[in-house]
Amino acid sequence: MNDTQKQRGYISQAWLVILLALLYGGALAGVQTTLGPKIAENKKNETYNVIPLLVPGADKTKTVELPVTDIDGKRQRVYKAVSADGKHVGWVLPADGQGFADRIELLIGLDASVSTITGLYVLDQKETPGLGNFISGEAFRAQFTGKSTDEPITVVTFDPASGINEITALSGATISSDSVAAIVNSAIENLKGPIRELRITPRGRGG
Amino acid sequence: MALQEPTALERFVNGILPENPVYRQLLGMCPTLAVTGGMKPAMTMAAATAFVLISANVIISLIRGLLRPHLRILVFTLTIATFVTIADRLLAAYLYQMSKELGPYVPLIIVNCLIISRCEICASKQGVATAASDAVGMSLGFALALASLATVREVLGTGTWFGLAVLPQSWPNWGIMVLPPGAFLTLGLLLGLAEWVGQKRRSGV
Repeated sequence: MNDTQKQRGYISQAWLVILLALLYGGALAGVQTTLGPKIAENKKNETYNVIPLLVPGADKTKTVELPVTDIDGKRQRVYKAVSADGKHVGWVLPADGQGFADRIELLIGLDASVSTITGLYVLDQKETPGLGNFISGEAFRAQFTGKSTDEPITVVTFDPASGINEITALSGATISSDSVAAIVNSAIENLKGPIRELRITPRGRGG
Repeated sequence: MALQEPTALERFVNGILPENPVYRQLLGMCPTLAVTGGMKPAMTMAAATAFVLISANVIISLIRGLLRPHLRILVFTLTIATFVTIADRLLAAYLYQMSKELGPYVPLIIVNCLIISRCEICASKQGVATAASDAVGMSLGFALALASLATVREVLGTGTWFGLAVLPQSWPNWGIMVLPPGAFLTLGLLLGLAEWVGQKRRSGV
């Protein structure tokens, strides 16, 4: 068999790979089209389910999603938490940033005037099991509740933290703890102003 | 070849204990160590792996006549990756919390050597029925192995089994058992035990 014949042979043999790639690609597109909306809904449901935990008195059926532009000009979404009797009780900001292992996704609860943190929830994280993954734990997250948004939160490595806006790092997971504080600080800094403007004109631009 | 290929029944039986993927072949160590902190994630992983293994084995067996030696691994990987992606999307859609808990270990099923080795050893050489029963046997063997590790780790580590309390409240949870060192300790001890029992049985016969 000479080289040309060999080459022609290889190409004619590859038809199976090409055909399978097309078939599998089509099948995956089908799966994604069918399941994609369901998966997006799962994420959104989780967000709505934790809103009452993040903002006391909020009702998930009354809560609405609003578009907002942060101070860097980036568009994103925030949740306006409303109580069952229609009173505006606070805000929930989705925020994310780099952790120790992978990106950490947070939901930050704030009071209606955007001056105090009312709760924190970890939507997604892949920190070290047994150390950094305790950022999802109640004990760590509860430290953020009641902190003022006027100055950034600082992380200290002794217990109990004494300063007004200090939290104690998880032992063995200082980087994960710092990351969470940094994500919270930057989200609040970038969105505090824009959200306060939304409050003045509640049915803001865009919709 | 003079050597007779095993029959469907032999393939099925071999997968469960005589050629157990974890205890006899030491394949699929990544999920074996990583997701056996509890029965629920371990059994979800076993089910997802079974889905991929059975689907891949059947497809490869169906097209085995068309495979070319230098392209076969490519076809195996392509097939496995497709079914892993389907399993991953199904988990995210219908078992969202579990999919979050398993995290990167579902996409990592692609590199579970158990699956590609069955495509190579059995499915690319034998008929659909044999390939399917081989995949089912191996899946059962893999599930059994994961269950054995997960049982030891979950019971000792958290005092529960499948999330249900089985040890009294006074049990001091051995936290290390649900952490990575607990996985290595348990696997090492169980492997040693399996080998010891196997040797005793062989010398007894």
